[in-house]
Amino acid sequence: MLPELGHFALILALLLAGLQAFFGIAGPLFGRERWSAAVIPAVAGQFVMVATAVGCLVASFVGNDFSVKYVAENSNTALPVFYRVAALWGAHEGSLLLWIMLLALWTVAVAVLASRLPRPFLARVLGVLGVISFGFLLFTLATSNPFLRLDPAAGDGADLNPILQDPGLAGHPPVLYTGYVGFAVAFAFACGAMLEGRMDQNWARWTRPWVTAAWSFLTCGIAMGSFWAYYELGWGGFWFWDPVECASFMPWLVGTALIHSLAVTDKRGLFKSWTLLLSVLAFSLSLLGTFLVRSGVLVSVHSFAADPSRGVFILSFLIVMIGGALSLYARRAPLLKSPAGFELGARESFLLFNNVLLVMAAGTVFAGTLAPLISGALGLGAVSVGPPFFNPTFMLSMLPLLALLSVGIHASWKRGRLGTQRRTLLYTLVAAAVLGCGLVYGIYSPGSGSLLTPIGATLGMWIILSSLVDPVDRLRRRLSLPRAVIGMTVAHIGLAIAVIALTTVQSFTNERDVAMAPGASASVGGYQFRFDGVAPIEGPNYGGVGGILVVTRNGAAVAVLKPQKRQYSVQHQVTTETAIHYSRGNNILVALGDDLGAGRWSVRIQIRPLVSFIWIAAAIMALGGALAISDRRYRLARTADAVPAGTAPERA
Amino acid sequence: MINRFLIPVVAFVLLVVVLAIGIKHSPEKGIIASPLIGKPAPQFSLPSLADPAHAVSSAALRGRWYLLNVWGSWCGTCRDEHQMLLEVRRSGRVRLIGLDWRDDDGQARGYLQQLGDPYEFVAVDHDGRTAIDWGVYAAPESFLVSPAGIVVYKCMGELTPDIWQKQILPRLGQAQAAGS
Amino acid sequence: MRHAPAICLAAAGLALASAGTVRAVDTTQMPTPELQARYEGLTHELRCVQCQDEALADSPAGVAADLRREVREMLLAGKSDDDVRSFMLARYGDFVLFRPRFVLKNVWLWAAPEVLLVVGALVAWRVVRKRARLVSADTEPLPDDGSN
Repeated sequence: MLPELGHFALILALLLAGLQAFFGIAGPLFGRERWSAAVIPAVAGQFVMVATAVGCLVASFVGNDFSVKYVAENSNTALPVFYRVAALWGAHEGSLLLWIMLLALWTVAVAVLASRLPRPFLARVLGVLGVISFGFLLFTLATSNPFLRLDPAAGDGADLNPILQDPGLAGHPPVLYTGYVGFAVAFAFACGAMLEGRMDQNWARWTRPWVTAAWSFLTCGIAMGSFWAYYELGWGGFWFWDPVECASFMPWLVGTALIHSLAVTDKRGLFKSWTLLLSVLAFSLSLLGTFLVRSGVLVSVHSFAADPSRGVFILSFLIVMIGGALSLYARRAPLLKSPAGFELGARESFLLFNNVLLVMAAGTVFAGTLAPLISGALGLGAVSVGPPFFNPTFMLSMLPLLALLSVGIHASWKRGRLGTQRRTLLYTLVAAAVLGCGLVYGIYSPGSGSLLTPIGATLGMWIILSSLVDPVDRLRRRLSLPRAVIGMTVAHIGLAIAVIALTTVQSFTNERDVAMAPGASASVGGYQFRFDGVAPIEGPNYGGVGGILVVTRNGAAVAVLKPQKRQYSVQHQVTTETAIHYSRGNNILVALGDDLGAGRWSVRIQIRPLVSFIWIAAAIMALGGALAISDRRYRLARTADAVPAGTAPERA
Repeated sequence: MINRFLIPVVAFVLLVVVLAIGIKHSPEKGIIASPLIGKPAPQFSLPSLADPAHAVSSAALRGRWYLLNVWGSWCGTCRDEHQMLLEVRRSGRVRLIGLDWRDDDGQARGYLQQLGDPYEFVAVDHDGRTAIDWGVYAAPESFLVSPAGIVVYKCMGELTPDIWQKQILPRLGQAQAAGS
Repeated sequence: MRHAPAICLAAAGLALASAGTVRAVDTTQMPTPELQARYEGLTHELRCVQCQDEALADSPAGVAADLRREVREMLLAGKSDDDVRSFMLARYGDFVLFRPRFVLKNVWLWAAPEVLLVVGALVAWRVVRKRARLVSADTEPLPDDGSN
């Protein structure tokens, strides 16, 4: 009963999304106020239907209804309830439903929080979101229905993939998707402006909080994935330039550029068409990521079961959405001109450089990710791309960006006046070099001997010092410190911490793979590890062995680490649970390798300094974003510029 | 002026073309194409599964078409394709030679006893060196070799009736029509 | 490439959706530190052909263990790093490398970042020049809301 209800709810959601799209776009187009007004109920209705569908699926999981094919493929009676809910997004069909749910949530948020936007514009925005919802719902119902029945019903399920049975990974898709999907709002705002044929002077201010919110979620989502990979999957690795990681990183890079471009558009009315393009591009990359993961054209650890027919559908959807938006851009963007000016040393310049470098980085990642496809299509044969390509090319754009940040942050709008800041620049740079290198080399050794170590440490520290100059100055002179400035400062400092942490990790990691017999000891990075053998372990749906490693430093006890090798009872899959201890800025990671016989085991020991700070830094960046959004400006703007209902828009 | 605003659309169209080609080729996964195609088949001399004391070598295979099928008793997908292999044997169109990869002899014999033996003979590769020479990624894989000893086609994964009809038979037929 | 994931499942007990939950711990010790460094370098530079997102060093697949053995034996026999790479390329093609080769057909890939940088720099230069010329004519006051 419930699955049928869920299925029916999805069909209704599809119809409502269609109505939402129709009323939203046709209403303002033909000047029909009642149609425009009908968008809101359509949004509400679609949300209720989608929520119902999700509720039905969750109930099927929790109730162990194995007559539903998706539940049978991804759950099991022995699976703890928490993971039965998380299994909702464990595979392709369910994760699509999650996408749709989050899109509906964002749409409702826009309808509620942006309710005081001019009616026609709001209608268009919601209409565009409706088109996206319609596409995804159609795709789900046509090719990926999670409510299909299994006849006869399975006795028990195939169990959730054991590597997904982990709290961190359970949370990663929802947070990540919230970010991904959130860029649809910016996309819709851009399409709204383009459909209208003009950009309201407040358009940038309306759009900024939505972009920042999506960006913050995406930052957290990517960080969660990386963190999970570190302790569960990668044995100390946290970023592999895997196609799916790249698929989430590209929207992030473009999203960051968009945040900065919007600042210029908001303040000076410049870069309007460029900001529109970036808004379209960010979400386009989200959609492209969806395509890459589900169509089977690329090889990846993360890919869902590949199916070319799905690929065709998504590609068609991409053509409609992205092709449509870019065609609209080609028609409307040339009309957006501005007479404003700025000097070479002005803030606008630096934000321009920021955008160029970020888009270059995104383009590089794009080239590397799609290289096999491009090479194949051009008839150039096979090519394979991995970290040896991505790492150096990514740094080519990032190093200048980080340096320019510390300079540009002092630049004023329009006139720059960097000349007056010369001493500040010099002092901060010298202090950064001393502090940064002192910190890094003073605490950790030996290093890898690379030049990038002092460069990275200096650049990171320089950003921190430079970011603090203005806020500290304002506080000293008892000037106001708007939340937006605090948010920006916090986010930049978060970035700097990530840079310092990454530099340290890359330069000072110590690792060894050793074969150890019980009682044997190994020395790594100043710590001593004594292996005390393994013992059997048991969990709710798994069994296996747990090793014991006693860690000491100069004789003093540090930790007792218990890495495990689990075998899950249903899928017979073996997973490795690493044991990690945080001590004095170091992450000590231990993992069991293979049983070498006679009680001997191969063990991986890895000391990674500051690696946790990478993810802490990401959280700080997201916090900065949240602070920025909470600035009063965004709330005042809505009441001040609300246009009375009934005003027809001018058309270009 | 209008030109530069068209750049994004044009770039997107090019991307769509690339992606469409990617979808079209994805069943073949061109990125993992074998560099052995068109080159001489790697030589081997390995124990035979039926009689380990006796060696079987690739030299003995020259002069006729053969299909080298890489398999193992541990390999699930190999079971799926076994029916097809028996069909190939029945058709008599090509010699079917087995390469038993990283397997246990006893279990391999049991597997063939249980499912039927489609192979003319089976070479046993315990340490995987021969499989490496053939560029084997995983089991099952099948290589079509011409009488002159050139690798003409590599099937990665299960040998399906579709592949037999569309990829292997035509190559055999062409050659026979050409009188080789 | 449907069978590869299936074999990862069989050979190393891993599921279809992911090939990376178990990593190999490679306790190989070469006789000299120089050989050890070369061994580790090569096994990290080569892709495992079966579990395709992992390096040869990290993959638990059987074929990966075999290939690591080949690398080891070749290094011990005095072969150069390039000999090892050629060996792998001849059998598995370009796919086995993580670093795209510096050959003509890959020019577009290696040049892409530099081309983007140059194009970006040109665009930035043009924009800055145009706007700098407009500064004196631009008398509109800046909105003063203390914003960044």
